[in-house]
Amino acid sequence: MVMSVDHVQNLPSHSELKYMLGRRWRKPRFIKRSWLRWLLGVGALIYLIAAVMTVEVNWSRVYEGLDRGWKFVSAFTSPDFVSRGSDIWEGMLESLIMTVTASVVGIAISIPIGLGAARNISPLPVYLICRGIVAISRALQEIIVAILLVAIFGFGPLAGFLTLSFATIGFLSKLLAEEIEAMSRVQAEAVRATGASWLQWINYGVQPQVMPRLIGLSIYRMDINFRESAILGLVGAGGIGATLNTAFDRYEYDTAAAILILIIVIVMAFEYLSGVIRARVQ
Amino acid sequence: MVRLEKLTKTYKTGDQALKAVDLDIPEGQVLALIGPSGAGKSTLIRCLNRLVEPTGGKAWLGETELTSLSQGRLRKARRRIGMIFQEYALVERLTVMENVLSGRLGYVGFWRSFLRRYPQKDVDEAFRLLDRVGLLHMADKRADELSGGQRQRVGICRALIQDPDLLLVDEPTASLDPKTSRQIMRLIVELCQERRLAAIINIHDVALAQMFVQRVIGLEFGSVVFDGAPDGLTPDVLTQIYGEEDWEATIQKDEGRSSEEVEESAW
Repeated sequence: MVMSVDHVQNLPSHSELKYMLGRRWRKPRFIKRSWLRWLLGVGALIYLIAAVMTVEVNWSRVYEGLDRGWKFVSAFTSPDFVSRGSDIWEGMLESLIMTVTASVVGIAISIPIGLGAARNISPLPVYLICRGIVAISRALQEIIVAILLVAIFGFGPLAGFLTLSFATIGFLSKLLAEEIEAMSRVQAEAVRATGASWLQWINYGVQPQVMPRLIGLSIYRMDINFRESAILGLVGAGGIGATLNTAFDRYEYDTAAAILILIIVIVMAFEYLSGVIRARVQ
Repeated sequence: MVRLEKLTKTYKTGDQALKAVDLDIPEGQVLALIGPSGAGKSTLIRCLNRLVEPTGGKAWLGETELTSLSQGRLRKARRRIGMIFQEYALVERLTVMENVLSGRLGYVGFWRSFLRRYPQKDVDEAFRLLDRVGLLHMADKRADELSGGQRQRVGICRALIQDPDLLLVDEPTASLDPKTSRQIMRLIVELCQERRLAAIINIHDVALAQMFVQRVIGLEFGSVVFDGAPDGLTPDVLTQIYGEEDWEATIQKDEGRSSEEVEESAW
């Protein structure tokens, strides 16, 4: 309240100031020992050069390949939507169904796991189990899961749907949990102080705080799921990827170009949709 | 009404925030809790509704012993204890009405609260309270659209709609300007008198506390070092609570002035 006494006590001594004046000032180095700093810097550079030198390039093969690459790129100027039209349509439909169902199921499962994986609202055992599930889901790459599930359930979109649901859980639970951990504690505390039950507390104290992010992440995950569904077809898990794979196998670059263009258009549509929704949910 | 018996809180870090605090608060008494940062003011009131778990001692609210309650009974006890927070602690993305009605969460079932279908009696009471604090026209605004003073009024409504016996108030004016601070303090004290509510108000503004309360408790390092009427806060007492300072400008001067005209410079 009255500051005068403190001020006098906090003044630096003048002899120290005299010594400091006129001296250069630089931001303190992250690594203080200069020999170690140089060793790490030079070492990293040498490693980089050595690593690049081990990559073998067969220049004559590259020259031949340029031609094929060009054919592929030029196919984009004349994409063929028609001659395989029904295959493309079916593939797209299958991919979209896979995307939407996997996203809905994945998000629905992610929410309770995300709550459990947030250290500030969950007891330690629940936290560890949920973090464990997240870790497993994130550790297993989609393609590997898809190969496994295709082996179990056979070719087709069921394997793709399950793969994407599984991958969604790892992604969304983790980010949701991190959002919950970063929420304002006191807002949630205020709701708890009213005598709210646990579910009411989540609904009033936690959910409003994380909702915009949850919606944003869900749409983003849907976008990822759609793009992944194009890859999963390559290992037989259904969707547009299967059609794309066939087109490549037959060197039908114009059909492949048409499919890629459609994927780009749909991803852009998701992007637009996400912008509109996020603007509304602030 | 409220009785603390050797209430103790030792944090896991070993810090003793409360050292066997004894305190008796009769019904309807508004009490200010003063003391430097870290003296244990926040801990003390949070131990009462167990947002912080006390590590020793007992606390009674009426006939209920609070420190030994099971989770279910604790919820029931929390309904009788309204809390007003520093920085308001409204859920910012909910509307004013949702924030006020959240004070009824201890009384309504999950689905009712989830669907926002509160009993008409609760809704009417929310309207009445908002009207009392002059914010009825803001009912459907989102909490983050309000100014600081308005938010704290909503916070007060949320606490009062619980129909509590005791009000815990944690630094209600910490982020408000001097005029709004007084208005909020006056409002809290008035409402306590209207409803015969006991209240514990944590406050770092000694002059403001002196203006509005009947009794002041000084806390230092988790122990009560002063308990008395506001005019008992002499420079010596303040030095004991806060440490050496020039206290003359802080203490309320009452000769020839009403309590409303204390120098602004003291803030």
